[in-house]
Amino acid sequence: MPRVSLFVTCIIDQVFPQVGLAMCQVLERIGYTVDFPEAQTCCGQPAFNTGYREEARQVARHFLKVFRDAEHIVVPSGSCTAMIVHHYPGLFANEPRWLEETGRLTPRLWEFSKFLLEVARVEDVGARYDGVVTFHDSCHGLRELGIKEGPRRLLGNVRGLTLREMEPAEECCGFGGTFAVKFPEISGGMGRAKIEAIRSTGAGAVVGIDSSCLLHIGGMLSRAGLDVRTLHLAEVLAQQ
Amino acid sequence: MTGTPLTHIQATLEDPRLQAAIYKASGRLMDHRRHAIDPEELPDFQELRTQANLLKRHTIENLDHYLEMFQAQVEAHGGQVLWASDGQQVADFVLELARRKQARLIVKSKSMTTEEIDLRDRLEPQGLETVETDLGEYILQLAGERPYHIVAPALHKTREDVGEIFSRRLGVPLENEPEKQTKIARAVLREKFLAADIGMSGANFLVADSGAVVLVENEGNARMSTTAPRILVAVAGIEKLIPRAQDLAVFLKLLGRSATGQALTVYTSFLSGPRRETEIDGPEEFYVILLDNGRSKLLADPEKRQSLFCIRCGACLSHCPVYRKIGGHSYPWVYSGPIGAVITPQFQGIQAAGWLPFASSLCGACGEVCPVKIELPQLLLELRAEIQKARARHSENRWEKLAFRAWAWVMRHPRIYEMLGMMAGAVLPGASPGDWRERLPRWAARGPLGAWISQRDLPPLPERSFRRVWRERLRAGKS
Repeated sequence: MPRVSLFVTCIIDQVFPQVGLAMCQVLERIGYTVDFPEAQTCCGQPAFNTGYREEARQVARHFLKVFRDAEHIVVPSGSCTAMIVHHYPGLFANEPRWLEETGRLTPRLWEFSKFLLEVARVEDVGARYDGVVTFHDSCHGLRELGIKEGPRRLLGNVRGLTLREMEPAEECCGFGGTFAVKFPEISGGMGRAKIEAIRSTGAGAVVGIDSSCLLHIGGMLSRAGLDVRTLHLAEVLAQQ
Repeated sequence: MTGTPLTHIQATLEDPRLQAAIYKASGRLMDHRRHAIDPEELPDFQELRTQANLLKRHTIENLDHYLEMFQAQVEAHGGQVLWASDGQQVADFVLELARRKQARLIVKSKSMTTEEIDLRDRLEPQGLETVETDLGEYILQLAGERPYHIVAPALHKTREDVGEIFSRRLGVPLENEPEKQTKIARAVLREKFLAADIGMSGANFLVADSGAVVLVENEGNARMSTTAPRILVAVAGIEKLIPRAQDLAVFLKLLGRSATGQALTVYTSFLSGPRRETEIDGPEEFYVILLDNGRSKLLADPEKRQSLFCIRCGACLSHCPVYRKIGGHSYPWVYSGPIGAVITPQFQGIQAAGWLPFASSLCGACGEVCPVKIELPQLLLELRAEIQKARARHSENRWEKLAFRAWAWVMRHPRIYEMLGMMAGAVLPGASPGDWRERLPRWAARGPLGAWISQRDLPPLPERSFRRVWRERLRAGKS
């Protein structure tokens, strides 16, 4: 059986373990053997985005070491995937050895929905979810990896699910990593605009491909007292 | 962060009328642009962006060559080129010119470059009346404000606001109909056009091979300002050069569409030199002031040089969710939005503007819409790294840097990472989301956690991390 290694990301490991588990279930259901390299932690993005390049490099080297021998690496996050694919090369511009490691690893690295569609070539994972959902386009997945139609195609094949688009779906939710705590007022303002767009759809849940955005959106929804769930795409696809 | 104008930001966020005005106006600009670049309308939009990027790159890399070519062409047409290293030199030249020509009144067309050097504030105290003739700029001159947006300077003003400003400053009856407001402004400005001694403009493009100043506008005021008075002074940043007139085929297609969603603006003027002997109108004297004001410093930096590609279309502002929340006046300089966040720290230093590159969620909308493909998100990241290095030299980020150093160490030690995760689960409040606000220890409330819960809830931390769930799963599978 083909084998995939999960990089669940630090936020899913620590805050949303159910998302990692859901991803695991979906991958196993479509015939993969799943493996979880236990030495994994984080991709280094928090330090990188805050301007601490050396600290980011240290964590990035650790990541590259942990996943060096993986056949396929699947990541339930567009943002962490984009960090590795788009920013590791620049980060290691002056370190040929790690640049080479990056070059060897990135062709094997996949964001979850992209992996399903482009490697496993599965559009229908046999899921069932009864309800109306809306989909939030996470910025890094959308703009750095071009993920737009893929998750919608997967959701389109979920039995019982109705997708109702929010307007605008492509505007940032305001999370932005350390931005959320460095400029909480601005981030919160953006978040309120986002949850208003979500609320207007009347959906019972908002689905996304990045748990970090969903942490922020979920927190905003909860603070506003709105009864809308946040679900990672993997959680929807795992349901039967 | 230090330098953040929090009070102004907060006031903007909490003003529902202002928020609605910004959202409506920037939303309209976004809609118009989206229609204008529809593949049915303009199938080669992405190719045009690439071409514009390459043209700008080539020009900026060979700027000395094109600047000299431009100067030679302007002089061949009978105009004069002057070089100014800062705003004071521009003002000194204009004041001296006005003194020599006994000029009292200047009419100006819209120009971000003259806003950048606060030109009006340098001229008016010297007794030289300077009138903005772009409607938006005129409104702001009366209101005593600087532009809110690069192409829509009065974007934040509702029609009611404009009615109030006109009534207060011009002594006319309160009028809330935009068409009638335009008539009021026109009546005043017509007189100014006819009486003005000097016309001033900026430049959207400077064409090197023909020595032309190209102006793009919708109201006709720029054409009036540059042709009615007997003297014309155009002020332009040195980065405004493009090599050939034919390159406008690329840039004009992009500029109007990106800025306001127009395939072409109503007026496109080409100004090359003073009135010829056989001509019946146009200025008798023609000056182009080429302004550096810090641009050559950017030019010296191979990484960030691309900030100079900007054609000031304002698309990155209209599409920026941060700009749309905090508005143009929360930025410390006349250039707001993502391009402002990128160039302000480079022009004005990181003490004044170091917070700007951090005030971004790095969503990338700016880079996606930039017609000349400036890698704005990438530049924000570069600046963040530079600013942290500079802050470290002055020990301004001691605690944050220490925290990240410790974090990076923990992330390389999975067992310790796991242990700390478990400890956090035990120490931090769990149960229901609301608990966080009531039960967060005071020491933690001042840090990032406190900042987080100032705006939104946190879910309770799970009892077991994924890695523990995984291990249990493995064990269950094996047994």
